[in-house]
Amino acid sequence: MDSNLAVQLTIQGILLGGIYGLIALGLSLIFGVMGVINFAHGQMMVMAMYVSYWIFVLLGIDPYLSLVIVAAVIFVLGYVVQSALVNRILDYPEAIQVLPLVSLGLVLENCALLFWGPDHRSPQTALSLETLWLGPVMIDVSRLIAFCLAILITILIFIFLKKSNIGKCIRAAADNRTGAILVGINVDRINNTSFALGAATTAAAGVLLLPLMPVSPHIGHDFTLTAFIVVILGGMGNLMGALVGGLILGVAESTSTLFLPATLKQVVSFSILIIIMLFRPQGLFRGKK
Amino acid sequence: MTRFYLFLATIFALLLLLPLWLDNYILGIFVMIFYWAYVGQAWNVLTGYTGHISLGHALYIGIGAYATTYLALTFGLTPWIGMFCGGLIAAVIALFLGFLGFRFGLRGVYFVIMTIAFAEITRLIVSHVEALGSFSGIFLDFNPSFWNFQFRGNQPYYYISLGFMVASLVVVRLIETSKAGRFMVAIREDEEAAQALGVNTFKYNMIAIAISAFMTSLAGAFYANYIFYLHPNTLFGMSTSIDLILRPIVGGLGTLFGPVIGSFILTPLSEISRAYFAKGGLEGLHLILYGVLAILVVLFMPKGIIVYVKKLLNPVLKLSQGE
Repeated sequence: MDSNLAVQLTIQGILLGGIYGLIALGLSLIFGVMGVINFAHGQMMVMAMYVSYWIFVLLGIDPYLSLVIVAAVIFVLGYVVQSALVNRILDYPEAIQVLPLVSLGLVLENCALLFWGPDHRSPQTALSLETLWLGPVMIDVSRLIAFCLAILITILIFIFLKKSNIGKCIRAAADNRTGAILVGINVDRINNTSFALGAATTAAAGVLLLPLMPVSPHIGHDFTLTAFIVVILGGMGNLMGALVGGLILGVAESTSTLFLPATLKQVVSFSILIIIMLFRPQGLFRGKK
Repeated sequence: MTRFYLFLATIFALLLLLPLWLDNYILGIFVMIFYWAYVGQAWNVLTGYTGHISLGHALYIGIGAYATTYLALTFGLTPWIGMFCGGLIAAVIALFLGFLGFRFGLRGVYFVIMTIAFAEITRLIVSHVEALGSFSGIFLDFNPSFWNFQFRGNQPYYYISLGFMVASLVVVRLIETSKAGRFMVAIREDEEAAQALGVNTFKYNMIAIAISAFMTSLAGAFYANYIFYLHPNTLFGMSTSIDLILRPIVGGLGTLFGPVIGSFILTPLSEISRAYFAKGGLEGLHLILYGVLAILVVLFMPKGIIVYVKKLLNPVLKLSQGE
């Protein structure tokens, strides 16, 4: 029984970890290009969850189908935020850089509170209660779908960054800003696109999470912190690291419930964070400092 | 120079006399102004002067509040002494955090995340300790007496918080003009260069973080005996840490009067708009305004409002450099 439970928790952790990886991928992308930490990351994801929830309630479109629309909406939001706000503060000292993004998170969080109220909301989609049995191990169908889609989106983003023209420009700007300007890349526009892409990625993750956990305005900053941990685990700016870091964190949090109350699982992740920062600040995989 | 001190003395005298004319509600707003100015000043010691950003200062407020209350409830120790015990605990924890952060060379964003992690871990642990009221927190009984640090009406709190704020100004002014203060500013401007010139950066970073934590936790003790309710999510939560850094940044980071000016502008705005919007059922709107204002200030006056206040007062006060 106990080993079954452990297997079950590990699988759940891996499935959730894929989504963590996707959230962190967005953060890592933004950091890699601009060197800015998006302190409003989780709140952007919550916005995406609400938009998706809205579309589901008003139009009856399943979250999985509205994913593209929601990602597009948050893409625009990210683009606007970058061009109106972040591009102007890139040269500021770090202490001052932190504040606008933290404030943005505050604004988004309270906009959600204003529009949708403090209640926890959870859509009853067709698949939300389906389960699958693999021998003695139970798997939520929606969790499995979320994991597969998260991996798929991650792969698509990799292909986009490797093959497409814009993707190459983004990688160039991340690698060497001055060099990118010298060869004629419009770095401001690349910044906007990267931030928007990062935001859209986390939006997609939010939509995938929606059937798994109820959404409320205040869950955003927990996810911002989770994304930090994953990104540091995998190495700042290292996109593959974000995925692996997400899986590790997902499993660590999930299996920690074997010996700790579930509400304390974040202590485990924060402890991992501190240990990693002290002994391997570049992350498990080579990151960009 | 003398004109400047005269000006400060006038303001101080005015603030001393103010309770004669104001009612209890307005006094309460002033208490919050002084409180946040004080906390902002405490944060300013670390981030404003050495440049290491802490986004987890709620940790020290929480420790101050919980330590003082726990000592008062279990041992009957008066908060007047208890808060210094809390301060010592906070300073020790800050030194541990600082030791890890500065020894292992965590800079910039890494240091920020470290401070957040410490605050969050403490919040989660406190939420699970039965003796500290776990999730539901601690309600304090109201036994007004000087010994208990609890008073009827806002007037005593007004004077205590004013005292806190003025004391913090004096302390920070002393630090600013001391050798240690100059070293801290050198660290902020360029840590490696300071080190190359023989400044023991580790030592002065540690001094700054310990002082900052000690001061912040005294505010926590005050808060506990003013609000009478301790809740781990409010005291240790990140929203407190964010609230705390807004004022010094808006006022002017790394300046003596920045946190005070920021608090005089933001706190009334926050208190009044909260009361106003809550009536209309528009919960959270005041925080939206607040966030937007902070963003605008950073975009259009990154050195803080203090620059404009100085310009405004300069013809009258004839400020010299560095005031």
